[in-house]
Order: sequence, then C-alpha cells, then structure tokens
Amino acid sequence: MDAIKTENLTKRYKDIIAVDGLTLTVKQGELFSLLGVNGAGKTTTVKMLSCLASPSDGDAWLLGKNIRKDTSAVKSVIAVSPQETAVAVGLTVKENLELICGVHGFEKNYRDVKIKELSSLLGLESVINRKAGKLSGGWQRRLSIAMALISDPKILFLDEPTLGLDVLARRDLWDVIRSLKGKVTIVLTTHYMEEAEALSDSIAIMKDGKLLICDSVEKIKEKAGTDDFEQAFVEIVRGENK
Amino acid sequence: MRTVTFAVRITKEIIRDPLNLIFGLGFPVVLILMLSAIQANIPVDLFEIQRLTPGITVFGLSFLTLFSSTIISKDRNTSFLQRLYTTPLTPLDFILGYTLPIIPIAVAQSIVCYVFALILGLDFSVNMLYAILSVAPLSVLFISFGLLFGSILNEKQVGGICGALMTNLSAWLSGTWFDLDLVGGAFKKIAYALPFVHAVEMERAILSGNFSDIFPHIWWVLGYSIVLLSAAVFFFLRQMKKQ
Repeated sequence: MDAIKTENLTKRYKDIIAVDGLTLTVKQGELFSLLGVNGAGKTTTVKMLSCLASPSDGDAWLLGKNIRKDTSAVKSVIAVSPQETAVAVGLTVKENLELICGVHGFEKNYRDVKIKELSSLLGLESVINRKAGKLSGGWQRRLSIAMALISDPKILFLDEPTLGLDVLARRDLWDVIRSLKGKVTIVLTTHYMEEAEALSDSIAIMKDGKLLICDSVEKIKEKAGTDDFEQAFVEIVRGENK
Repeated sequence: MRTVTFAVRITKEIIRDPLNLIFGLGFPVVLILMLSAIQANIPVDLFEIQRLTPGITVFGLSFLTLFSSTIISKDRNTSFLQRLYTTPLTPLDFILGYTLPIIPIAVAQSIVCYVFALILGLDFSVNMLYAILSVAPLSVLFISFGLLFGSILNEKQVGGICGALMTNLSAWLSGTWFDLDLVGGAFKKIAYALPFVHAVEMERAILSGNFSDIFPHIWWVLGYSIVLLSAAVFFFLRQMKKQ
C-alpha cells in the first residue's frame, strides 16, 4: 500500500488555484520532498493531506484512509511539524512533550517512556527543563519535531523544518531527519535545494499549484541535462515559463 | 483527560507570565488601596469599602479578557493551534481548555481583593463568600469576550482592544469610579445597555445581602454571557476551519 496517493487534488481560494490537479504517490518509508518557489502550493498540499484544509476537487488517501471521509483515521496516522515553530513558549521542553502525550491520551508510564526515547533521539536531554521560549531556533525546531513524533506517526509532515537556522543547526537537524528515514514516511517541504538533494528519496517540483516533475534526484538532473540539482530545479521551473 | 491536559497548559502559561500577575492581582489591589486612601481623606459614598470592593473585583475580571484573548491569538499566530488541530483534540476540548482554567484565577483574584478589603475595614460576613463564589459564573462573561477577540484579532490588536479598550470600558461604564447619575443622559443609557454596571450592581447586592436586588442585573449578565459565548464559539470554530 502507498503511504500517500493523490488524484487530481485541487484547492481553490476564490479566484486563486493554490493546488491544481495534483496526482502523485509516495511509498511507505520514503523521504519525499515537495519543492517550489513561493506560492507553488507546497504548504496548501500539506494542509490538505493533514486534514487542515478540505480539497475543492480531487481526493487523497493516506495509508488507504480517505482525507475527506476518514479525517479521524488520517489524523491518527499522521503528525505535522508546521512551518513556524509551533511550541508552547511558556512551558519547558518536558512540559511541551507531556502536553502532546496528554492530548493523545497516553498513560503516565508510556508517557515517561516516550519522552525519554524522544529526548534521546532528538538530543533534548540537556535542555529538557528549560523553557521552550528561551531556546534557540534550532532547539525549538528539534522540540517541534519531537512533539510531532510523540504519537508514533506513520507519516510525518515537516514544513520547512530548517528555515532560518544557521548552517550547523541545519546540519544537525539533517542528521535527525536521516535517523528517521525508513522508520516513518516523511514529507518534507523546503526552499533549500541542497537539503532536498541530501535527504530525499523522491522529489516533486511544483509551480503555481501544478506538479512539474516527480522523480528521484538523479532522474531529475538527468531530465534537466545537468549535474547540478539547483540548476536542474531552475531549468525545470523556468522551462515551464518558456 | 485531553481537556484537562490542555487546560493545565493554559493555567501554567498564564500564571508564569509576571505581567499577568502584576495586572491581574497587583493592579486591582493597588486600586483598592488608593481609592480607600482617597475615601479616608475626602469621604465619598462610592468609595466606601462595602461599595468599592465589588466594583474592583468586577474591574479585575477585565484583565481575564486580556489573558484569554492574548493566549488564543498567540497560539494562532505561532501555528501552535495548527499543530493541535492535527491531534485528537476536539473543538469542545479547545473551548473548555481555554475557558475553565481562567475561572479559578478569577476566584483567586477576587479572594485577594476581599482579603485587602478586610484589612481596610470591610466587615466579614458569609455574604462575602457568596460574592466571591458568584465571581466564577460572572467570569465567563469576561472570558467569552477574550475567546471572541482572541479568535478574530491578532496579538497586536488584542493588546489594544482588550488591554486598553476593554479595561477602560469596564472601568468607566461600571459605576465603580463615579456615580453614573452624575453624568446621566446618553452616557448612562449606554452604560446600562452594557453588562459591566449590571455585574457590579449584582455583586454589590450579593455582598450587602440584599439578594432580591440582583434582579434584573443577573438577566443582563446572563444574557450577555450566553450571546458572547455563542459568538465566541462560532468565531473560534470558523477560524479553526480556516486553518
């Protein structure tokens, strides 16, 4: 079974078509990146797939569960780390993790196990009792991802997870994302070409809501006739204009 | 369980903000002390501790509007709510989670005001306990304002509307600071068309033990609470759908 399958998925906001007939599949365990310039429709796609926005047309299934009819079932297998750092700033790192455990209804014992496991995975032990609002952007992003992983999602949406981070924090987060590969299907949206190239199994490039190409990094470079992925991206997006 | 978890988070975020403590607890106490000092020098009926304390407790509740609206608009702006919308939390969990934790804060605020009033010479009576307990349902009115504004305004607008406008409206139009009959006319009509003066009159009636005098004020307060809470739920759900 595919992790994600979309058919002609479309989102309209009055006169604007944010996502236009998107049809693609994402395999289980894959790290799938959505690339595109601003306004390409990446975030809207993530919102529809995570049941935060309903499609105007078309449909999608996540592990066989329909995003229109089985909203609760879809929510039970996904987690979202939003574009902006979405943590409770007045709570400590541990309290943030406890909060998410609580809203998922975990028992205390299981909650403690999960917090220990994720603190270790994301390297949060050293800041576990610090207020989230006092942490640097890199640490807040780690916490945000840990909060998304609490519920053991089968599909994890990471919306621009390294946006605004310095190069070291970004590389650290790449290691974290790599460590998740294979365990969970990841849908990553990013503006950083080197990030997509370094992490992705498959990449979809979108522009003006439309899917331009969906393939592996090597195949995309081959089709664009260049060895440089950023150049390939530019060729494909500009080629659409010609 | 989910509602409780979310409500505990709201409580922690509110009580850990020192500004909330300063304005929510400190400011009403300062006002009681200051107006009582004025009363000691230039006696004014309105500032007698028996009449002043209910007015100040109601005025203090206007800060609850600021607390609840700020936390909701902050959650909206930081995408924290968006994250929570992808969890099993239901709309009812959100509404209760934002509302319930502020009620005990309101009661605590009221207790602090009455403790200072006792120090300043208010006679203790069982009616004082009733007045404190009646703050719990009364606080729903002010929390509903907060839910409503937090659902439709951004953080900056909330600061202006709830921090400045609401506190001033509940001060000037409540009959706490000056007798509304002194101004009269349209000002008095507007004041009596809004819930603040009715909330103060209701609290005064309870504290003085003249329970029949809570009418018709209680109907105004209840009416406004129901309408505002309904509007707040509607606009909260609307912005939830928009996310």
